[in-house]
Amino acid sequence: MFRTAHPTDRVNGAASSSSSSSNHAATTTIHPTFNSKLVKPKYQHRLNFYSTPPTSEVTIEEFETWAIDRLKVLAEIESSSARNRSYAETKEVINSQLKRYLPLSANTAASKAIHLDLERRKDHVSHFVLRLAFCRSEELRRRFVKAETTLFRIRFETDDTLERESFLKTLNFDWQAVTLEEKNFYREQLVSVSPRIASTFESETFFKVHWTRVTDLVERRRVFVRGGVAWVPMKEQSSLVLAEFQSRLSRDLELTAKALPRLDEDDRLLPVLSHLSMGFMAGISNDYYANASIAADGETVITADMVDSLIKRHAPMCMRNLHEQLEEKHHLRHYARLQYNLFLKELGLPIEEALIFWRRSFSGITDDKFNKEYRYNIRHGYGLEGRRLNYPAKSCARILTQDQPGPQDNHGCPFRHFSPQNLSSALSRHYSLSVNEQSEILSAVKQGHYHVGCTRLFELTHSKLGVKKGEGLGNGESVSHPNRYFERSWSKFRQVQGEGEVVRLEGEDSNQGEEKVKEDGDHQVDVEMLSLP
Amino acid sequence: MPVASPLPAARPPPPEMDVDLDFDDEQDRDAFSSLDERAIEVRESSDPMSMLQYYRRLLPFKQLFTWLNQDLSHQPSRNFTHREFAFTLQNEAYLRYNSFSDADQLKREVCRLNPARFEIGPVYSAKPKDRKTVQKSGFRPTFRELVFDIDMTDYDEVRTCCSGKGICRRCWAFIAVAVRVLDQALREDFGFKHLLWVYSGRRGIHCWVSDREACELADDARKAIVGWLEVIKGSSNQVKKVDTSSTGGGGMGNHPRSLHPSLRRAIGGDGPASGPLKLAFVDTVLKDQDCFRSRRHWETLLQLLPSTETEAVGRLRTKWESSSPHSERSSLEKWSDVMEAAHRSGEHRSKSIWRPCLEDIILQYTYPRIDSEVSKHLNHLLKSPFVVHPATGRVCVPLDPEKVADFDPESDCPTVAQLLRELNSWEAKNGGGGGKPTSNMRATTASRANHSARKAGQGGGADNEDDDDDDDDSKGRTSASSPRQDWEKTSLKPFVELFQRHCSAIVKETRQHRKAQEKFSIDF
Repeated sequence: MFRTAHPTDRVNGAASSSSSSSNHAATTTIHPTFNSKLVKPKYQHRLNFYSTPPTSEVTIEEFETWAIDRLKVLAEIESSSARNRSYAETKEVINSQLKRYLPLSANTAASKAIHLDLERRKDHVSHFVLRLAFCRSEELRRRFVKAETTLFRIRFETDDTLERESFLKTLNFDWQAVTLEEKNFYREQLVSVSPRIASTFESETFFKVHWTRVTDLVERRRVFVRGGVAWVPMKEQSSLVLAEFQSRLSRDLELTAKALPRLDEDDRLLPVLSHLSMGFMAGISNDYYANASIAADGETVITADMVDSLIKRHAPMCMRNLHEQLEEKHHLRHYARLQYNLFLKELGLPIEEALIFWRRSFSGITDDKFNKEYRYNIRHGYGLEGRRLNYPAKSCARILTQDQPGPQDNHGCPFRHFSPQNLSSALSRHYSLSVNEQSEILSAVKQGHYHVGCTRLFELTHSKLGVKKGEGLGNGESVSHPNRYFERSWSKFRQVQGEGEVVRLEGEDSNQGEEKVKEDGDHQVDVEMLSLP
Repeated sequence: MPVASPLPAARPPPPEMDVDLDFDDEQDRDAFSSLDERAIEVRESSDPMSMLQYYRRLLPFKQLFTWLNQDLSHQPSRNFTHREFAFTLQNEAYLRYNSFSDADQLKREVCRLNPARFEIGPVYSAKPKDRKTVQKSGFRPTFRELVFDIDMTDYDEVRTCCSGKGICRRCWAFIAVAVRVLDQALREDFGFKHLLWVYSGRRGIHCWVSDREACELADDARKAIVGWLEVIKGSSNQVKKVDTSSTGGGGMGNHPRSLHPSLRRAIGGDGPASGPLKLAFVDTVLKDQDCFRSRRHWETLLQLLPSTETEAVGRLRTKWESSSPHSERSSLEKWSDVMEAAHRSGEHRSKSIWRPCLEDIILQYTYPRIDSEVSKHLNHLLKSPFVVHPATGRVCVPLDPEKVADFDPESDCPTVAQLLRELNSWEAKNGGGGGKPTSNMRATTASRANHSARKAGQGGGADNEDDDDDDDDSKGRTSASSPRQDWEKTSLKPFVELFQRHCSAIVKETRQHRKAQEKFSIDF
């Protein structure tokens, strides 16, 4: 009866069909090794390091619904990072989700309406249920740890300062404090790492930990390191706590994975668990990949000859830049190739055409060298070599944050990786934007809103096609993926050219392209005239 | 010497080959004599027969083994047996996931395949050669030296003497200062002790950190070290690539700008307290490379100056523009112009605006530019020390970080051809192998090679200078059975000895570690 074909019905099914026996405590099963004392734990603190499993009785219904509630929050965290939301934005979104699904109130907020113990128990139990569901594979463990750590961070930061301190005291970290003598001896170095503490230096406390426990601080050079030991100021303790949370959780998950086979005997829980982990996988990827797999156009087959005109008319600036570089130097370095190749793949350029395109573009080398050094690489991107993975095209999030361009590289996002002068000259060169228009983009970029700059560029270059300011890619959507940019640009263009008619892209079409540029030029004049008093 | 042997197709012809092709056979000799000596050297060095000779007689497999094994050579540990080796054959075929049980087996395979070069990868959780028999999840990299790669190509935008594949003594100065700064950071900041610096054979240098702690680092910790050491960022479209105000710990608002101690140590203070970067900036960037002489280059310099000081920058521009082509101001003069402009701006602005900016410029021109991808991942493969660089014929020799500045890659690095010549002439002088053809020496196994080496070494007398070094049993054994190894007869000797000292230090620490552990378990 539990091997139901519709896992979504499970919650009700379990609730209605549960006899008193199946409704019984899952306690001993959750942690077989735990000596079950049926004592209700008293939750002293809002935050929880989840070092001891829950020991109270849990009904099957609670077991599943609580876990699903937590899962919704974790899924939102994952999709936030997939959508390149900034941490501040993520925090806002997650806080509202938390209020809805998994409220957790401070001690001071206790009242009749808010049942602290119940909230905390739900948090506690749901965490451990999801541990069971997500300990099964390396991939799931990694994602779970990442999402849970973010969740903990958000809660940690919103926690009441006093409560947080008393919570930390209970954790017994073996952090070694820096003695007064040491502190004064290295005063100059310590202050130069974090100038903000200069005035309060006397009262500041430092901890000594091995540098690998604060890799994030080390990576940004935000800490003093000597002989492999990092001296972490008190105010950076959240880094330490998070690192500790993360390492304990990943260690515990592996232990849970080893103990999991003993759960096989319980046929009430396993289906619930596997359904949960499936939901996590599917829920998020659906949302994310469904967007990504919309083909640019169902009918037209793109050929190598069309790439040039298509890119110059419809591609976002990052790809336009790579294309221009390729035309100029007849070569692209590894990451630039990777970024461009995957973009073209998702555009719908078939592998045969892709090889023709790349071969032609790399005109400075022999066939032999091309076949030896680049052919494999391009086919690899199409999932035809090596691990045969179908790599998705890079999203803006990945372009902005991963594989940062080195001194000789051309890949990346022009809005982020160009100097303002170069960006501005590229904007006038490729898109002939007026100074007014550019300054709008440049000021967004200056504040670090690269996608805003890119979206604005879309609006400006498509204004003749009826795109207005603030409309973005449509309905105010901002650019989050180069291929989305391209698709919207192309479909807008075709809409205007005539409903459903496939536009011819060779020959006379390039003239149309020129006309369009001209029109844009006229439009600029208009804008400039309007801005006069 | 087998100069005329057919070359494998994949190897690029030496630069002067086209001259050769224009002449007929009868003129061959003339054309040949006009060939650049270095091209001959490269050809002879990377010739398959020379390579084989080099592998059989000179490459110090025993020491290589000890270094990777981190333990005595008669006790192969997982650090060696589970280690990946990758071979690039003469025809460019690439063989990955090889592993060997000991030094002899490695040597036999190298001699059999006669690869153009080989690379060293991580220690896996299972033997790489058996990877198909274990579960996919059970085969992952677990342990490997922390490695760094500095390549001269990353300096193309700052060096003026060479570009691309070229390297000369002058641009080596950039490498020398990079080694100094990195070596200091790794030792002082992270507390690593066993750093091996290896010339990469053409235009760069590698660093291998063998400390146990370094080998056990996960990818994210490696990435963190790279972040710590990476100061120069941004693409080729970015002019200002160093911004310590945002990464060094915030010079925002009321707080005075402060440079992170590790960067401060590299730059140093004023006058006699100057650090390695400041010295290199004056000696190399300003004096030797003259980096701001041409218009393109000084335009870059002007863009790097504080953007708020438009007036002063404008004055500099007119001054430099107006100078006639023959009386163009040198980089040193231009830099002192900049310094003067800074002074003139008054004490406050000179300190809070100009100084940080000028320090950023020094960093941008001299701070080590590491190839970060090499260091970030546990499973990156890197060319082994003592391998030959196919394009130059030079041996990738270990270098003493203290003396990197004195090393001249053009003349101080032995080539294979040179080493074989030295070996021949040693034998001619000391009897033994004297008039005999070298084919006599083609013993396949190490022991046979040693045997003939002993025969050859009879005239030379045993050289026992290493005997005081009692930490390395393996060496004691080999030097007892054969008084003189072939590498000792050539200019490879100082490099192998340096490597041996490095290995002994690692082995010593492994032993201490084991002793401490044994003691601990007994106490229990």
